[in-house]
Amino acid sequence: MESGFRDIWVYLAATPLLHLTLTLIAYQGGYWLYRKANLNPLLNPVFLAVCVLVSILLVTGTSYQSYFEGAQFVHFLLGPATVALAIPLYRQLETIKQSAMALLVSVGLGSLTAALTAVLLVRFLGGSNTTMISIAPKSVTAPVAMGISEQLGGLPSLTAVLVVMTGIFGAVFGPPLLDLLRIRDWRARGLAIGTASHGIGTARALQVNEVAGAFSGLAMGLNAVATAFLLPLIWRIFF
Amino acid sequence: MLGYLTLILVCQLIGETFVVWTGLPVPGPVMGMVVLFAGLVVRGGLPDDLAKVSDTLLIHLSLLFVPAGVGVMLHAGLLGEEWLAISSALVMSTLLTIAVTATAMVAFNRYRGGAQGGGENR
Repeated sequence: MESGFRDIWVYLAATPLLHLTLTLIAYQGGYWLYRKANLNPLLNPVFLAVCVLVSILLVTGTSYQSYFEGAQFVHFLLGPATVALAIPLYRQLETIKQSAMALLVSVGLGSLTAALTAVLLVRFLGGSNTTMISIAPKSVTAPVAMGISEQLGGLPSLTAVLVVMTGIFGAVFGPPLLDLLRIRDWRARGLAIGTASHGIGTARALQVNEVAGAFSGLAMGLNAVATAFLLPLIWRIFF
Repeated sequence: MLGYLTLILVCQLIGETFVVWTGLPVPGPVMGMVVLFAGLVVRGGLPDDLAKVSDTLLIHLSLLFVPAGVGVMLHAGLLGEEWLAISSALVMSTLLTIAVTATAMVAFNRYRGGAQGGGENR
């Protein structure tokens, strides 16, 4: 009985189907919990799915490499999805035109702050070069952040996890910080949350206020473009 | 629909090729996004089916980075050694980013609001 189950597992684990299916199930399970919890950012579906999948791989003694043979089909879609981010950005074209200067300066400053303070803090606290690169694009939406990290010689998978953690942290602690700073303008609040904590922050902002959500999504797109173009340049100059 | 999915892949292909060709240190798909955005601005309007394809790709965007996220298991050692530096940097940098962005936006709006209120010369 025991060995029968083992044989079946060994057979299934050799095809991409098993790990592709597990990835989809783990994510949807996480998403179901997240919805049940009223979209509480602490129950982020990616975070839950990663925890579940890592546990399964460790318990069954599966290597990441053989997991990825199945998961690569999902992973591949990151590229086309990044290209598709042009559409939500285009939908905001009127807003961008109306207050181009304010948006570009605010998101530009935020983008620089996000990357530079993260890099300098890691360096100051004795982190490695790899960590410095991998954390630099932490406020950028994951598909773009992973591309930047790879370009500069970081670890895209570490970046993916740091991006998700940044998103959760910003979504939870951003609004109280903005209250503390007495910033009540929904546009500024949304822009700040979107710049710092990308899609996870945007999901949170959308729940609270429509204007904040729109500006958060816009900031996420602008920050992705700004960081993708600025960070590699700055990196070459300083490091 | 299939046509627009192809268009998205073509944009990515153009982006990746351009980046390799010029040696520009920008992720290829981001360049592809810029190409598609520029195309839409020139065309002036968003085709319904393109919107559908992109919404389908983006509605569960976060699913797409689960496989990469699982890869963190390969770096457990690094995280164990540097967790303090990583978490402090993450927390402080995120709070600073939010404060700087929001303050800049408020300052800009106030400045512009003031200029508008002060004179009619817009």
